[in-house]
Parts: sequence; structure tokens; C-alpha cells
Amino acid sequence: MSEKKATRNAYGEALVELGAVNDKVVVLDADLAPSVMTNGFAKQFPDRYFNTGIAEANMVDMSAGLSTMGFIPFCSTFAIFGAGRVYEMVRNSVAYPRFNVKLGMTHAGITVGEDGSSHQSIEDIALMRVIPNMTVIVPCDANEAKKATFAAAEMDGPVYLRFARPSSYVFEEDMPFEIGKANVLRDGDDGVIFACGLMVKPAVDAADALKEQGKNISVVNVHTIKPLDKETVLKYATRCKKVLTIEEHSVIGGLGDAVADAIIGHGDFSFRKLGIQDQFGQSGTPAQLLEVYGLSDAQILEAAKEMF
Amino acid sequence: MDIKELKEVCRQVRIDIINEVTEAASGHPGGSLSAVEMLVALYFKVMNIDPKDPQKADRDRFVLSKGHAAPGLYAVLAERGYFDKEELHTLRKLGSKLQGHPDPRKLPGIDAATGSLGQGISIAVGMALGAKIAGNGAKVYTMVGDGEMQEGMVWEAAMAAANYKLDNFTVFVDNNGLQISGTNDEVMSLGNIHAKYEAFGFDVIEVEDGNDIEQILAAIAVPHTPGKPKCIIAHTVKGKGVSFMENSVGWHGTAPKEDQRQAALKELEG
Repeated sequence: MSEKKATRNAYGEALVELGAVNDKVVVLDADLAPSVMTNGFAKQFPDRYFNTGIAEANMVDMSAGLSTMGFIPFCSTFAIFGAGRVYEMVRNSVAYPRFNVKLGMTHAGITVGEDGSSHQSIEDIALMRVIPNMTVIVPCDANEAKKATFAAAEMDGPVYLRFARPSSYVFEEDMPFEIGKANVLRDGDDGVIFACGLMVKPAVDAADALKEQGKNISVVNVHTIKPLDKETVLKYATRCKKVLTIEEHSVIGGLGDAVADAIIGHGDFSFRKLGIQDQFGQSGTPAQLLEVYGLSDAQILEAAKEMF
Repeated sequence: MDIKELKEVCRQVRIDIINEVTEAASGHPGGSLSAVEMLVALYFKVMNIDPKDPQKADRDRFVLSKGHAAPGLYAVLAERGYFDKEELHTLRKLGSKLQGHPDPRKLPGIDAATGSLGQGISIAVGMALGAKIAGNGAKVYTMVGDGEMQEGMVWEAAMAAANYKLDNFTVFVDNNGLQISGTNDEVMSLGNIHAKYEAFGFDVIEVEDGNDIEQILAAIAVPHTPGKPKCIIAHTVKGKGVSFMENSVGWHGTAPKEDQRQAALKELEG
């Protein structure tokens, strides 16, 4: 079994590597460096690192200003603040003028765990996805998190990167990463699972378990929620007819809705969205919370069995 | 350009503002008129800019944090030659470069999208910090409204400007004393603005008559203390230059009717 690693850690490592090859990269956080993993960059490149204090709105708009001076700011805090608290700064100061600001937001979803609902962002994908000009990426593991961070630096324009707190499974296969191009991890005709973030691994496991029962299920890792790879989504939905989406996010406005938008009007599908059912999180261990909200490995397998 | 010529530009800008807002049948004349001398001083005398090369890398920056004063800024940019004055007739109309609030992707000379209050000053702090780390010598100016300072993030930005020792950064406060629903004191008292900025680490200069361009220029000329940002509190008159608009809350966001335009132009054209 491969070593586990948090996507936020990979983000921190990618920033350090980026800093070494691109002197336009600057990093900002709002007093959470050890949590959002910007401390490596801070140590290596103190002249290009800014702890803006506990003032997220100012951090985002300072990033907007820095981008106009030719820099590539990566600003980071918890997703609840970076997408929620400063939503309107992101919308008006960053996305509207299409500034080159990267929002590297960590501790997304309920796997934040013990901190509880106040710190568990279950609506950030929805909030960022409705903003024109915004690219939204949810990496499935540490390797993808690193590639996504590099890709975000390469492209011109605002990007929202969603990272998780806990250590999580790292896929052994070397997956390609291209913004807006979903990765097909399992290819079958009996059903398709579209998943993102930490839900990709249990989706693959469910498909593998069903294979032993003679069911061939496709699994598509939709790392880019926006722009959505509509071609791949539509191709697999049309071929498989039975569509299951899984996300560590509210079922309102996230991956499931993005997939539904892409396939609506293109045929008859059975469709089910797994995610957090329009309710707030709470304190608990990540494993307990996944269970409470219906996203444990066993519950995902059960849902897949019912569906396919 | 001498003072007499600058005053003439100010007069012309005020005429442009009245025409823009009347033709748009919406917009914010009061806070545009109070800001004129500061804008003209910056664009015609102070800033290192080139209207023919609006993206010049080492240019000084101005961010209109009180973005609703866009008609004033647009008039100044047009008078300075950033774009054809004819464009002023399109303010707030469908397809116009002159959006209701400034849009850097549409209009040359605009560097930030502002209008949602409190954000421009923060963007400007980021620019000033960027100029410092790039070492390009650019100076950054921003203007906040007094009512705007009720937004908490203005003070996040002020704190950051002092923290990062931004001695290339100047905040103008267009202190006309009025906001949409009344005087600042009636709505939410700002207390001692001078003491507040000083406490946040700024050098503070008060301009007794912020609609006197000589006084504005004198305040800008005061050098920065090394390592300190500067705040210029300009005591201005909302609606300045049009008697029936002066010090009147009602002209914050109301466009003149045609007869009111004629009355205003008569005063401004003398």
C-alpha cells in the first residue's frame, strides 16, 4: 500500500518548487502557515511571502493588487474563509477583472473533522463555480494536487484550488493532468461514477469490488469542476446510462450539479448524487463524519451496488 | 501646467461630470464633484503616467476605491487624453467602456475593478507592496470616501500599509461629510479620522480646503517619512461647484434633469 499524504502538504511542496523556478510567484496567507502549508515557501523565499494577519479580505484584495504588478499570487487560508468569508472580494476584485490570482484553499469539506461546522466548507465548490472567469480544481490525491498547483501557475487567470486536511491515499499510477480534462480511471459500460477529491479513491474501490461481481463500472476523476470536461462526461453518461456522482461537498451546486447540467437533455439517465444532503457538519473524526454523512467507503460501495 | 491652467481643467471636468451623469440619467454627481481637485492634481501634475502607453510598467497607480465617483475619474482620464472625450457620452450605457463603476478590462487607464466599497484601498496596498518588491519605484495612490471607511476592511488595509512600511503609498480621504442616508455622524460616526490613521501608523496631513488644488498639491508634495504610508484628509464639499448640489445628501446618487443640467452648466460656464 502506498504512503498516505494530504493534498495540502503537496500544495505546500509545489509552492516551494514553483518559487525556485519562477520569481514572480508570491505567497500570502492569513496567519495559518503551518496549516495551509505555506511555511516551506516562507522559509525559502521570505522576501516573497506575506502573512497578512487574520484579515482574509485584505489578503485576497492585496493579491489582486500584486497580480496587477506582474506577480502570480497564491493566497491561502481555510476554504470556509477563502470561498465564503471573502466571496465578494473574490468575485469583484479578482474574477471580474480576470486577475491572475490563485486561491489555494485548504481544509475543505467535512474531513476537517474535530473543528466542527464553523470550519467545514461544504459549499465552496458551488460558490466558486458560479463566478464567471473562475477555474475550479479539486485534486484527488497529493500527486494531482502538486500537478494542479503547477498548472494553475501556468495559466493566466483566477483559479480556485481545493485541498483537504487529512492524509489520504496516493494513487500509484502516474495520471496525466490537464486543466479541464477529466481522467478516466476505470472503463466499463454498466454504469459510471463521477467523483472528485478524496471521493475518487472509494469510487475506484467500489468499481473494483463490483467488477468481481461481473459489473463493469466506469470511474471518472473530474478534478476540474470548471471548466467541466463536458465531452468526457457526456460520453460516459450516454454510454453507461446509470450515473452516480460523489463529492465531499453539499449535493447542491457542486460536482453532481455540474454533471447534471452537462447531461440534461441528452437522454434518459438514472442519476444519483452522493454528498452532504443540505445540512451542516459537526465535530467528530473524519472517518466518523464520512459515515454520518453517508460517504464512508462501505456506504459508497452500497450506493454503487444499489445503483448498478 | 500652472495653477490657473489646472483650475481650468477642474472647471472643465466638472462640466463633463454634469453632462455625463445627466445623459446617463443615473450615477453619482455629488462625490464626483468633491473629488475633482485631487484627481486633477494626480493626473495632470503628480503621477508618472503616459496616456498613450497606459500599461507602462513603471507607471504610478491610482485606485479609485470610492468607485462610484467614476464619472469624475472618467472625465479626468478623457481630459488627460486616455480616450476620446466623445466616449463620455456613453457612461452607463449598454456596451460602454464607461461602466457604472470602473472596469480595468474595458477602459484604458483603469488598473482595478472597484465600486464595492472597501476593496480598492486593499488592492492599492497590494500594488504598493508589489512595486516595492519589484523595485520599480512606482508610487501608488488611492482615494476612499469618508462613508466608505465604515467598511472594516479599510482598516485591514491601513494596518497592512503600515506593517509593510509602504512609503510609496498615499490614501486620500474625500472627507465631504455626507453619505447616502445622511451625514457621517448621523449614520455611523467615524470619530477622529486623523487620530485613527495616525494610530494605524500613517503620516496624516489635513487639507483645510480639499477643493483648492494648490492646497492639495502642497499636501502631496510633503515627502513621506521613510517607512511610513501617508494619508491626506481632504475636507471637501460634496457637489462642489454647483450651488444647488453643494452639501446636499440628495445629490449623492441622483442625476440632474435637463433643466437642472442647464442651471448647473450656467454656473460652471459662468
